[in-house]
Amino acid sequence: MIKVKINGQEQNWDGDPDLPLLWFLRDEAGLTGTKYGCGQALCGSCTVIIDKQAVRACITSVSDVVGRDVTTIEGLHPTGDHPVQKAWRQLNVPQCGYCQTGQIMQGAALLMDNPKPSHDQIREAMAGNICRCGCYQRIENAVHLASTGV
Amino acid sequence: MNILTNPKKLRGFERHLKVENVSRRSILKGLGIAGGFALAAPVMSRPAFAAYETGASKMPHGTVVDPRVFVSIAPDGIVTIVGHRAEMGTGVRTSLPLIVAEEMEADWSRVRVQQAPGNEAKYGNQDTDGSRSTRHYLMPMRQIGASARSMLEAAAAKRWGVPATEVKARNHEVVHAASGRKLGFGELAADAAKESVPGIEGLKLKDPKDFRYLGKGQIGIVDLRDITVGKAHYGADIRLPGMKYAVIARPPVTGGKVKSFDATEAMKVSGVEKVLEVKGWPWPSKFQPLGGVAVIARNTGAAIKGRDALKIVWDDGANGKYDSVAYRASLEEAARKPGLVVRKEGDADAALKSADMVITGEYYVPHLAHVSMEPPVAVADVKGDKCEIWAPVQSAGGTREDVAKTLGIPEANVTVNVTLLGGGFGRKSKCDFAIEAALLSKELGAPVKVQWTREDDVRNGFLHTVSLERIEAGLDKSGKVIAWRHRSVAPTIASTFAAGAKHEAPFELGMGLIDNPFEIANLQCENPEAAAHTRIGWFRAVSNIPRAFAVQSMVAEIASATKRDPKDMLLELIGSPRLVNLSSVKDPWNYGEPYSSYPIDTARLRKVVELVADKGGWGRSVPKGHGLGIAVHRSFVSYIATIVEVAIDGKGKLTVPRVDTAIDCGTYVNPERIESQIEGAAIMGLSLAKYGEITFKDGKVQQGNFDDFPVIRMDESPLVTHVYIVPPGPDTPPSGVGEPGVPPFAPALINAIFAATGKRIRSLPIGKQLEA
Repeated sequence: MIKVKINGQEQNWDGDPDLPLLWFLRDEAGLTGTKYGCGQALCGSCTVIIDKQAVRACITSVSDVVGRDVTTIEGLHPTGDHPVQKAWRQLNVPQCGYCQTGQIMQGAALLMDNPKPSHDQIREAMAGNICRCGCYQRIENAVHLASTGV
Repeated sequence: MNILTNPKKLRGFERHLKVENVSRRSILKGLGIAGGFALAAPVMSRPAFAAYETGASKMPHGTVVDPRVFVSIAPDGIVTIVGHRAEMGTGVRTSLPLIVAEEMEADWSRVRVQQAPGNEAKYGNQDTDGSRSTRHYLMPMRQIGASARSMLEAAAAKRWGVPATEVKARNHEVVHAASGRKLGFGELAADAAKESVPGIEGLKLKDPKDFRYLGKGQIGIVDLRDITVGKAHYGADIRLPGMKYAVIARPPVTGGKVKSFDATEAMKVSGVEKVLEVKGWPWPSKFQPLGGVAVIARNTGAAIKGRDALKIVWDDGANGKYDSVAYRASLEEAARKPGLVVRKEGDADAALKSADMVITGEYYVPHLAHVSMEPPVAVADVKGDKCEIWAPVQSAGGTREDVAKTLGIPEANVTVNVTLLGGGFGRKSKCDFAIEAALLSKELGAPVKVQWTREDDVRNGFLHTVSLERIEAGLDKSGKVIAWRHRSVAPTIASTFAAGAKHEAPFELGMGLIDNPFEIANLQCENPEAAAHTRIGWFRAVSNIPRAFAVQSMVAEIASATKRDPKDMLLELIGSPRLVNLSSVKDPWNYGEPYSSYPIDTARLRKVVELVADKGGWGRSVPKGHGLGIAVHRSFVSYIATIVEVAIDGKGKLTVPRVDTAIDCGTYVNPERIESQIEGAAIMGLSLAKYGEITFKDGKVQQGNFDDFPVIRMDESPLVTHVYIVPPGPDTPPSGVGEPGVPPFAPALINAIFAATGKRIRSLPIGKQLEA
């Protein structure tokens, strides 16, 4: 039996300890805001925050997060009003929206590390998150807006 | 001008191929089985919106204009409007209900949107493809809203005992100005529901000057908040009690099948519950599943791990030798010989022989995969002779038909719940993944989710075709283009439906080949044969991608050879403002639209070129290593011109500092979403131009994920994309937005690279061609 802490809540897992965190979150814990996009840490759709770091849940196993604090999009802000989330809505960022939770988590993690990133720093930090609809211009502007106060 | 066309040929192309007996469906419609007010052609009552006919009535099940189907009002005043098209990122789930709200005078903040399940008899056609939603539904949605408004006004007038002409709906209430009385929509709902639905002809539509929402912009999409908090539900997010998770190992070669398999190791994986063979259909398999071996588990991770442990011996079948290198050579060979003539103006052969100069270009575009961020996924729950599906499908009605047919149950017993689509781009017009889930659920007697991995998506999809476009342009002594021969050779989408189809279908030929708008006396289009060896399908903008690339590259090549400005050259070739005469073409297709409403209008084509040149600063001086390129293309009956600025450093590294795009899509609904579609189209255009390539060896796709099939990421995306929307004339019918932004991007980029470096790229992707 493994105990993990997701969004402040302890959860038990008695299955394969090597199960990717992504599938534990989605299929076992019912936290479907974290998305599958590639399974190989190539697209960032499954980004969660672990101990203030953006992490790809698809290549992180459940056993890897024992004793660490995992935050998913559902736990980013109690009312869904994190500055990054608010900036996202203000700039009408999403098209299909599927990759956006991962983008928001990556943006939120960036601002924890660097509260006032330049546009170049945003472009570099967000480069691991693919958006096939191509919302990059607005994502970049939204992260910047969140850093300057929404 | 008007072109007489055979209505059968104009029908929605995707379903046209899919339904086996097209005429049977039209007969059903003719008997009025659709219910409500099925319109042959929308009729408008106000002169400001002169009647225009669209192809909507020729789509399966046509259009339903009935407020009782689309609008409901709760006693508390909340108005619920049905969105019957699929939301894949275009904003349609917001735009169409917004039109209804506009006309019925509903306050948007008190409107909720409800997604329709697949039911075309009730809602009309639901095939969300071909950039058709706004152009087919702007007027029907206005009529639905106006009908609802009229019923509310009638109910209020009766309550007050005044003539209906004295009352007016305004911002969610009906007002009697003379007495100052007001009643909210909620207070009137029950009475309004008892009013008869007014006839279309007598409806009074709002004067556009009174619009509050239409054409104004800055309306956020209805799912905006849910998306940002992780509560928006895509197909992959559906969870049912007792649901099993499945992944399927499908044949690596199209048309292959399982010879034998060993599940011993797979069954040892923790969480794996069952391994079973699933049925596949013989090639060409239409939208039916490919078959293979399914692994059933308690979660997706376990299913994937189990699949990795399977040992399968495949019978590759007839396509086991498909090889992209050899195939390209065969396309080139075919393009160098005469092919089926599909358009002939004057005598191009003779004119080319007599020309002073002939410029020849061969342009290659490989297979492309859609790679929507949400790979195909579906949940099905089959109980007895009933089936319920939850899936991100572009074609809710078609999915219902196909699932019913496959399971051998009546369509009425199949419910298709349409989730949000995590991207579509044409892939999710094909419902094979939903059928897979239905078959597995039936077999297992439990709800099943079938999840495609990214590798499945790349290797087992319905790819964009692979093509060779060969253009020969003949010039006279003065540099005037007097001859143009365009040979287009590519395996056809029709091959996915009919064995041995080797010529492109009218809907493919009509995407930038036979609809060439240039004013050239001797113009010939040919289509040599090409056989398909994998499933070919619709990819955002479809054949317009290779055609715009070829035609717009050739324009710049001619400009270079004759030392003229590429924009001037482009305008010269477009020629005088006129409606292009396509009377020599047997089936001009025209995106399924009547030519009377949607002609090829070169004045509009010229205008977007001039607009983008003006706003985008065509001819401005740029730093060393930078270059500007321009291209224009009409597709999905919209007109789009793009200028790309590139920067190439000493090592051949390409960046895009700026993109400018002008679009004329006629009357529009939500300009904010038009901008987002065009911004996204630039990224998709850059992705396919820079990296996009799926190759085959020994019949198998050689790529599998974003490492070997890369797409553009933020650090290499254009620094800025400017969008200019042409204000519509009062009578301009709406036209496509979702797809038309893609085609002009690649040629504008390639032309910019030429301007920056003198290097002419004729083969996509660019890959390493700029290095060294």
